[in-house]
Amino acid sequence: MKTFKEVLPRAAVFFLIFSAVCGILYTAVITGAAQALFSDKANGSIIEVNGKKYGSELLGQQYTDEKHMWGRIMNIDTSTYIDDNGQALVYAAPSNINPASAEYEALVAERTEKIRAAHPEKGGQPIPVDLVTCSGSGLDPHISVAAARYQADRIASRNNMTADEVNEIIDKYTTGRFLGIFGEPVVNVLKVNLALDGILTD
Amino acid sequence: MTNTVLQYALYLVILAALAIPLGAYIGKVMNGEKVFMSRILVPCENFLYRILHVKKDEEMNWKKYAVSVFAFSGISLIFLFLLQMLQGVLPGNPEGIEGMSWHLSFNTAVSFVTNTNWQAYSGEAQASYLTQALGLTVQNFVSAAVGIAVLFAVIRGFTRVKTQGLGSFWVDVTRIILYVLIPLAVIVSIGIASQGVVQTLKPYETVDLLEPAAVDADGNILEDAVIDGDTVTVDGKAVDGAQIITQQVVPLGPAASQVAIKQLGTNGGGFFGVNSAHPLENPTPFSNMLEMLSILLIPVSLCFTFGRNVKNKKQGAAIFAAMFIMLAAALAIIAVNEHAATPQLAAGGAVDLSQSGQSGGNMEGKETRFGIASSATWAAFTTAASNGSVNSMHDSYTPLGGMITMLQMMLGEVIFGGVGCGLYGMLAFAILAVFIAGLMVGRTPEFLEKKIEPYEMKMAVLACLATPIAILAGSGIAALVPGVADSLNNSGAHGFSEVLYAYSSCGGNNGSAFAGFGANTPFLNVSLGLVMLFARFVPIAAVLGIAGSMAGKKKIAVTAGTLSTTNAMFIFLLIFVVLLVGALSFFPALALGPIADFFQMIG
Repeated sequence: MKTFKEVLPRAAVFFLIFSAVCGILYTAVITGAAQALFSDKANGSIIEVNGKKYGSELLGQQYTDEKHMWGRIMNIDTSTYIDDNGQALVYAAPSNINPASAEYEALVAERTEKIRAAHPEKGGQPIPVDLVTCSGSGLDPHISVAAARYQADRIASRNNMTADEVNEIIDKYTTGRFLGIFGEPVVNVLKVNLALDGILTD
Repeated sequence: MTNTVLQYALYLVILAALAIPLGAYIGKVMNGEKVFMSRILVPCENFLYRILHVKKDEEMNWKKYAVSVFAFSGISLIFLFLLQMLQGVLPGNPEGIEGMSWHLSFNTAVSFVTNTNWQAYSGEAQASYLTQALGLTVQNFVSAAVGIAVLFAVIRGFTRVKTQGLGSFWVDVTRIILYVLIPLAVIVSIGIASQGVVQTLKPYETVDLLEPAAVDADGNILEDAVIDGDTVTVDGKAVDGAQIITQQVVPLGPAASQVAIKQLGTNGGGFFGVNSAHPLENPTPFSNMLEMLSILLIPVSLCFTFGRNVKNKKQGAAIFAAMFIMLAAALAIIAVNEHAATPQLAAGGAVDLSQSGQSGGNMEGKETRFGIASSATWAAFTTAASNGSVNSMHDSYTPLGGMITMLQMMLGEVIFGGVGCGLYGMLAFAILAVFIAGLMVGRTPEFLEKKIEPYEMKMAVLACLATPIAILAGSGIAALVPGVADSLNNSGAHGFSEVLYAYSSCGGNNGSAFAGFGANTPFLNVSLGLVMLFARFVPIAAVLGIAGSMAGKKKIAVTAGTLSTTNAMFIFLLIFVVLLVGALSFFPALALGPIADFFQMIG
């Protein structure tokens, strides 16, 4: 107990100093550096065309329109965030469901049926797994190349385009693996859809 | 397929390759030897000691060292507890987030001070920027430094002869933060910010949705709704009270700086609720690689530091080998199960699980950019180290894949484990191993040329059993409390797994979760908080006791009869003891959770 009383004031001063160094100084330096070096990325990678903010290229949105490319399954959350006018905003969460359960089996069956119905030209071809699963963040902005190609014919016919034109757009917004080895090649769904709508042209 | 195997192998190789030089560097820093940054940092260090009135050459005995750990952690705990409750009225809160409830604040404060970083809260919804930077980021640094400092006190206990002194806690913590944690955190945070991890003090953005969404009066999303102007129809019928939502929220904040240190310090508490699965916390395969290697970088390095500083490099290598073998085995089992997915997902062949044009396997709860390989590797790393950050949802892993993540925590977080604490935990197991070996051949057990006697054995058993006791008592009690069932996201065996995982995570000071489990209730917040405190501070007191006793002993000469603690036999024995304690303690609980789940899956 005597040692404790002796140590306590030093512990308090020590804590304050390191709070200042690690909490304030460090955070401020990194914020300054990130804002100076990569300001778009440090502020949410927002896609802005002619003054309108069309989304963040890193956050998925839900697409159900048959003219659009569809992304991962989303669990939409509209109750957590509201804007300044009290209007609800969309966010999303992962499912955390057990993929070995009967409940999940039923969900997958429902999802495959819906996707098959929208892609009659694919017949019985197996559906890429990305399209029937919810992601880890619930906000995955990407799908696999296989999942994008699977939808190309449908997207082409609904937009009066050829499949080649759609595939060209897919290629344009596909990112490869890091150094060709790490991670997976992905297609950015929002960018593809903005290109299909003629909004994103570059 | 080839690429997948290559990814697994390279992640492990790069990790070891980076850890060897870093291990030597940390060893030099902690001995006060000259390193390349000394010219800049020695004056900073001396300046801090002057304002703190710290004597650089102070030698604390084990009790004073332990009391310093407790006093410092106690002050941290109280400060963080108050900061979180008061965040609503403090500045640095552009989103106007309210203060946390007392039980959530207690849980979160304990969680960060004990280097667990269990998240009963969701960062973007329940923590202000001030809390994130001045509360959580600070603890990410200092709780990591405390773990490493205790390890060095233990190392000194082994190397010193007939003395009381284990070094100065204040000097140890200062050196770790200034020379190791801050430089690494700066590199990693700039690296990940370059990839798109947000780092700003501006309030959240709102952006337009490409396709507006419709919700009913209760806020439930209306599938297949047709939106025409202000009216919403489903199957041709107008829906009363339906609301059209046209915008999405883009949460922001000073994330990169916090994320870098939460990875490096085996903390793991995400800036956002879904942790490093969130695209704004971990946007690309490159950011993923930086964050993932950061999880194990320091814990692996410390094995080599240990060998260097006890002047027995083979001893460091032997402990590294034991840990690495267990890690590789765990990774292999997780990977095989996640690639195989489940029959429920395969849907009789309707779903493509192949590797062509995609990362085939159980993609539920996993991000496309990481695929199975980078998700499974992360899961293995984060539960081996007591990091607990995730880039995929462990709740949605296959039964056996998920079981391995749980088992790694149950083994006491000694497969590299938390920074510092993983290695001192493993040293306690090493003492058990030499004791058992000594019994078998009828010799007095020795470790690093020091005799192991009853006092050290008692303390080692205390350190090794703290985690199993905390987990089993905690989850056992929780399973009997009626309200806990309401927190479950899944039913049956998997529901029990969610409870078991929660207590394993807190008992291992890990912090990851089967995240469907709604842990923000008074009972769970308080009980999990107590489990975290017990599992952190009981082993610290025990290993410091061992260090104090060891430092007072004389060295004994190595003879032909001395049992080697650096050969393959010892490595095998060490693994055996770790698995034995884990398996005996947890097999019944695992049989009720993931193993039952597995048989239901194939049945």
